[in-house]
Order: sequence, then C-alpha cells, then structure tokens
Amino acid sequence: MVGFSDGTLDSALWDCNSECVGNDLVLVLVVVTALSFDFTNGFHDTGNAMATSIATKALSPRIAVGLSGVLNLVGAFLSLSVAATIASGLVDTGLVTLTVVFAGLAGGIIWNLLTWLLGIPSSSSHALIGGVIGATIAAAGGHAVQWHGLFSKVIIPAGLSPVIAALVAGTGTWLLYRISRSMSDGARSHGFRIGQIGSASLVSLAHGTNDAQKTMGIITLALIVNHSIGATATTPFWVILSCGLAISLGTYMGGWRVIRTLGKGLVEIEAPQGMAAESASAAVILLSSHFGYSLSTTHVATGSIIGTGLGKKGAEVRWNVAGRMATAWVFTLPSAAIVGAGAYALAHAIGGDAGIVIDLVLLVAVAATIYLRSRQSRVGQDNVNDEWTGSGAPSAPATTAQPATA
Amino acid sequence: MNSWINLTALWQIVVIGLVVGAGLPALFAIGMRLLGLHGGARAQTAGGETTDSDALVGGSVAGMIGAALCFLIVLAAIGWSIWAIYQSGHPHK
Repeated sequence: MVGFSDGTLDSALWDCNSECVGNDLVLVLVVVTALSFDFTNGFHDTGNAMATSIATKALSPRIAVGLSGVLNLVGAFLSLSVAATIASGLVDTGLVTLTVVFAGLAGGIIWNLLTWLLGIPSSSSHALIGGVIGATIAAAGGHAVQWHGLFSKVIIPAGLSPVIAALVAGTGTWLLYRISRSMSDGARSHGFRIGQIGSASLVSLAHGTNDAQKTMGIITLALIVNHSIGATATTPFWVILSCGLAISLGTYMGGWRVIRTLGKGLVEIEAPQGMAAESASAAVILLSSHFGYSLSTTHVATGSIIGTGLGKKGAEVRWNVAGRMATAWVFTLPSAAIVGAGAYALAHAIGGDAGIVIDLVLLVAVAATIYLRSRQSRVGQDNVNDEWTGSGAPSAPATTAQPATA
Repeated sequence: MNSWINLTALWQIVVIGLVVGAGLPALFAIGMRLLGLHGGARAQTAGGETTDSDALVGGSVAGMIGAALCFLIVLAAIGWSIWAIYQSGHPHK
C-alpha cells in the first residue's frame, strides 16, 4: 500500500469521469493483488539465488535471505525499461480489461503457492503469463492470444535456457575443480565460499531487475487499461517502489521449502559447484535479457545446479527430483491458465465489482488453506539444510528430522 | 535464423555465456591458486603437488600480484555488466 500515500496516483486519477468511480475500487484491488503476486514471486524464488550458498554454508540462512532481499530491491531500481512487456506480444492488449488482469494474477498466485507447498521451484513468470493468457481466453477467446509470440518468446526459450545454463555451469564446475585440484580442501572451500557470496549477490540483483519488472508491467498495464495514465506513459515511481518492496519482503521471508529442494534435493553441492552454478545463472539471465528474452530465473538456476552435478566427477544428480520439477514446469502455464480462466468466468458470471470481490475472497481463502497446510510440515531456516531423505514428499524429512521442536 | 528461434542470439548467449559464466569463475580460481603459492624455500618442502595448509594466502609476492590482477579483472567485468544493465534500463539519461 506504499504508493497510495503520495499524490501520484490521486493526480493520475484526477481527470477520471464519473463512470471510472467503480473502476477505481477494482484498480485498487488489482494493484493490491499484483503486489501480493510480487510477494509470492519473492519467496518462491529466494532459492534461485541463495539455495546453493545456504547449502554450502557460505552464508547463514538468515543473512542469505536478508542480503538477497536488499539486492532484489536495488535490482528493481536498476533497470526501468518496463512498460507492459509481460502482456504485449503475448495477448491482444486491446482486449485486456481490469477483470482479466485480476483473474490472471489470481491464477499466478494460486499456482505459485501450490508449488511452494510442494517445494517445487517452478517459474513465477510462467505462472503469471499462464494466468493472464487463461483469463484472456475466457474473456475474448483463443484468437486474442498471440500463439506465435507465446512459443517464440516464452515456451521455446524456457526449453532451451536450462540446457544452456547446465552447459555453462557444468563447464565452470569442471574448470574450477581442475584449477583448484592441488589446493587443500579447507582452502578451496574457504575461497570459493567467498566467491559464492559475490556470485549469489549478482543472481539476486538480476532477479530483482527481471522479476520485479514483471509486476511493474502488470500494474502499469492495469493503469493504462483504466485510463489512469496514458498508453505511452512511463511507469510511475510509486509502482517501482512498491513492487521493489513487495518482492524484497517476499525474498526476505525465504521460501525455505523451495530453497531446501534446490540446495539439498537436486545435487549435494560443494562450494566450487555453488560458485559455478551462480555464475552461470547470472551470466545466462543477464545475457538473455540483453537480447530481449525475459527468461525464468527458476529454469536457469535449476539448470545450473543440475549442470554442476554433471560437471563434477562422482557427483550425483537426483533425476527423480529433477523429473518432478520438469513435470511441474510443463504444467505451470496450462494450470495457471485454467485457474485464471476460472477466476475470470466466475467474476464475469457474478458481474461488476461484486464478482471481483468474491474472487478475491476465494483467493484469500485458498491462500490461507495452503498456508495452514504448510504448517503441518514446516521447513524453516533451522532445518533447511537437514539431510535429504525424501523422494515423494519433500516436506516429510523436515518434520521427522525435527521431532522435538515446534 | 527463423521466426521461432533467433539462432544468432542463441549462439551468442551460449558462447558469451561460457566465456563469462564459466571463464570468470575460472579466473577467480586461478587467482586463488596464485594467492596460495608459497614464497621462497617453503614451496619445495612438501615435495608433492598438494599443499597441506588450509591458509588462503601462501606468501609469494609474485603470486599475490597475479592474484590481485585476476580478482581485479573479475570485479571489473562485474562492475561493467551492472553499469551496462543500468545504461540499457535508463535510455534517456
């Protein structure tokens, strides 16, 4: 709610005519929902930057999430070439309404929370894109989706990026072990842990730059749709600040369940592998955004971690864990789309502001249910690094490992 | 290059990604190796390739200068990339 205290939004709405009055309530709900999504985006993705540093004890869990949170905030301000990039080229933005944006966000939030409950690192960007596409199809039909853009900008890069990241991280891992083979284990771990802090910080910065902008783009789109700002207007400052704060706060909460899967579940990681993984992730994310691809940080980070398992002789990649993730990735777009379409259909059937309010109540109820369910098998900073024992339910080892504590 | 995959961008991402994403940490590792070089006669005492010390700094002056050079290149590359992101994100300034 940060932005509403300054005058920017009020003055932007100044020349709204009377029929906008109903929309202003909806706009506020959309902005709040967008910031909530940004928050889930933050804690869902903390592991992308910090899981390997936490696993190798380069950083303590609390310091890792704190550092990552601050750097996400800095990253949000680093690059402002946003506008409505998330939707343009994917859907016909002329057909997008506030209800569509809201329903799309609902789809993204629910999928993010579900995968977080299961400890699966899935793409927050795909969840958001899926939700918006589903809601658009429900509102205007399949022709409103630019399928070619969806494939060439989202689906094909999503398939390629983990492979490229794995190649880079695998090469890096091989090089690091080769170069440092004459060093003692102690000196090697110590040195690469220092390097890890730097490389993990870069990934956090890149995450803030990439992912905070996606929500900024959504809020900007909502403001344009509502005629609160002109179609060519730049993103207002309060949008940048509130999105940066939301993702930063979410990151600081630490998505411990996902961190655990990435840091302990996929590959047993040593410091050189951690540094190789994070350097590869940072390089691939930053290079791709330079070429105009807005990649999923999650896909890249996961590919990098698998790559470090392939690049080190004798290291083992738990392919059953990787397989579960890949399955979740395939389902992310369609699942979020189905929820987004359902949320739109419900809001549309009820009609008007009431439809959106009822949607929101349902969304809060689902979120609360998932949160309460997560309390039954809590993963926190105290048990995030416990020995990986589970294959089916990633949350199970966490509870059995800590029977005495709350 | 076709309309589904921008092959030009793809191979550039792969090649530059390898140079930067694997090369820079490798340079960091070389810097650590140089930093760990022993100065003077101590270097020969172990007889084998492995050193038995966990210390990061070995004491060789030439090693330290070489290490500093490696670390500086890594830092400069990171600084440049952050600057480049900032530049591309603020086109009118």
